[in-house]
Amino acid sequence: MPAELSAFQLVLSGDPALFAIVRLSLVVSLSAVLLAALMGIPLGAWIALTNFPGRQGAIVLLNALMGLPPVVVGLAVYLALSRSGPLGSWGLLFTPRAMIIAQTVLVAPIIAALTRQTIEDLWLEYRDELTAMNLGPLGRVAALIWDARFSLVTALLAGFGRAAAEVGAIIIVGGNIDGFTRTMTTAIALETSKGDLPLAVGLGVVLIAIVIAINALAWTARRAGERLAG
Amino acid sequence: MNMLTRRLLIAAAASLAIAGSALAQDKSIVVASTTSTQDSGLFGHILPMFKAKTGIDVKVVAQGTGQALDTGRRGDADVVFVHAKPAEEKFLAEGFGVKRYPVMYNDFVLIGPKSDPAGIKGSKDIVAALGAIKAKGADFVSRGDKSGTHQAELNLWKVAGVDIAKDKGPWYKEIGQGMGAALNTASASNAYVLADRGTWLSFKNRGDLVIAVEGDKRLFNQYGVMLVNPEKHPSVKKDLGQQFIDWLVSSDGQKAIADYKINGEQLFYPNASDSGA
Repeated sequence: MPAELSAFQLVLSGDPALFAIVRLSLVVSLSAVLLAALMGIPLGAWIALTNFPGRQGAIVLLNALMGLPPVVVGLAVYLALSRSGPLGSWGLLFTPRAMIIAQTVLVAPIIAALTRQTIEDLWLEYRDELTAMNLGPLGRVAALIWDARFSLVTALLAGFGRAAAEVGAIIIVGGNIDGFTRTMTTAIALETSKGDLPLAVGLGVVLIAIVIAINALAWTARRAGERLAG
Repeated sequence: MNMLTRRLLIAAAASLAIAGSALAQDKSIVVASTTSTQDSGLFGHILPMFKAKTGIDVKVVAQGTGQALDTGRRGDADVVFVHAKPAEEKFLAEGFGVKRYPVMYNDFVLIGPKSDPAGIKGSKDIVAALGAIKAKGADFVSRGDKSGTHQAELNLWKVAGVDIAKDKGPWYKEIGQGMGAALNTASASNAYVLADRGTWLSFKNRGDLVIAVEGDKRLFNQYGVMLVNPEKHPSVKKDLGQQFIDWLVSSDGQKAIADYKINGEQLFYPNASDSGA
């Protein structure tokens, strides 16, 4: 990226390096949210509807994991994926895949915890109807997730916000490699360290604008969906 | 096993298969190097030439020298390109490197505020300058991250007869971060800081900072490159890594390094032919 240009000039001129960075940021964070949703929504719903020993402890733990420090997650994933670590033969360290794994670990507890709360509230509200419908446990989970689908968008957005904003985990496992694992947040960290504060701030504004745009999109989709569903 | 679990397992297996095949095809190496070579823009200048000639993508992970060598020790890089000769020789002696090649040098400069509270500006004697900083308790920012620059700084304190671990006071700030962050901190607090000339020349947020001391031969800063030993880590791409090393020390590579300039000033001086460097 030509450093003498401001971030806004880069946007206006359609700088390909900037677009590659934005694209990678979105691919990594959205993939992580998708994977985390595949795990977190069923897990959260299951905890909401199941009684098992230690359930209260599990809920506290899940809520606490929402605050996992990204740098610790990055370090743990780094040690696991390192050639000297247990999963070293996969050869994933310093790749976008490693970044997706780290962010999935960060985001999954957020989605699971928020899903748990949403589904539990719905369950308390519709317990009698669902019991009367005589669904099995899996059917109940499916019915409640379907009913909660619009509220769960907020859980996904919270997860996306976490993923898009963090730098601590992906800079460790991705290595901030130019043209390969550099994202918006790691580029901002790099430009700051190069002392190019105007470019760093400019990139920050671009990142925030993208996050707002995605939230607006999700909100519009939610409203449209609610209207269609009546 | 319910359907969801099965689907997730299949997805995980598929993504690993893709990762595996991508690994087999891509012609790239990972080079663990220092923040100075990246932040100064050197890699941005020379890597496209190497890629044009060989088709090899060089993925640079920029860390401090200590961390870069550890990345090599763990087998997470194919090549290490750093600047702390004693630490590099230790890396070789432990069997993690194959052979060390000197590549280029530049020098360290002592940066400080225009107001020059230690009264050392224009001096060519780094040892006397450090002594004056300590005597006056002038603010000094240390990398504190085991990087090549940090190791050089610690060594200079030792030469100056200062046991910095014991003698440091509130004026000595160890920030544990890269060169750019150290310069940012010095700029914000009008402190002295030891920097490599390359990063200093390309650094933009100077504020009131200027060069206080330069030109002492004890400020010499040698860079070396090593292939990570494939006998320790079979995953090392030894042919591609060696191609990169061979190019760096070839006349083409050396010329590419010499040609890199900021505002007409040369940042690195190739010296691969000096076998003692």
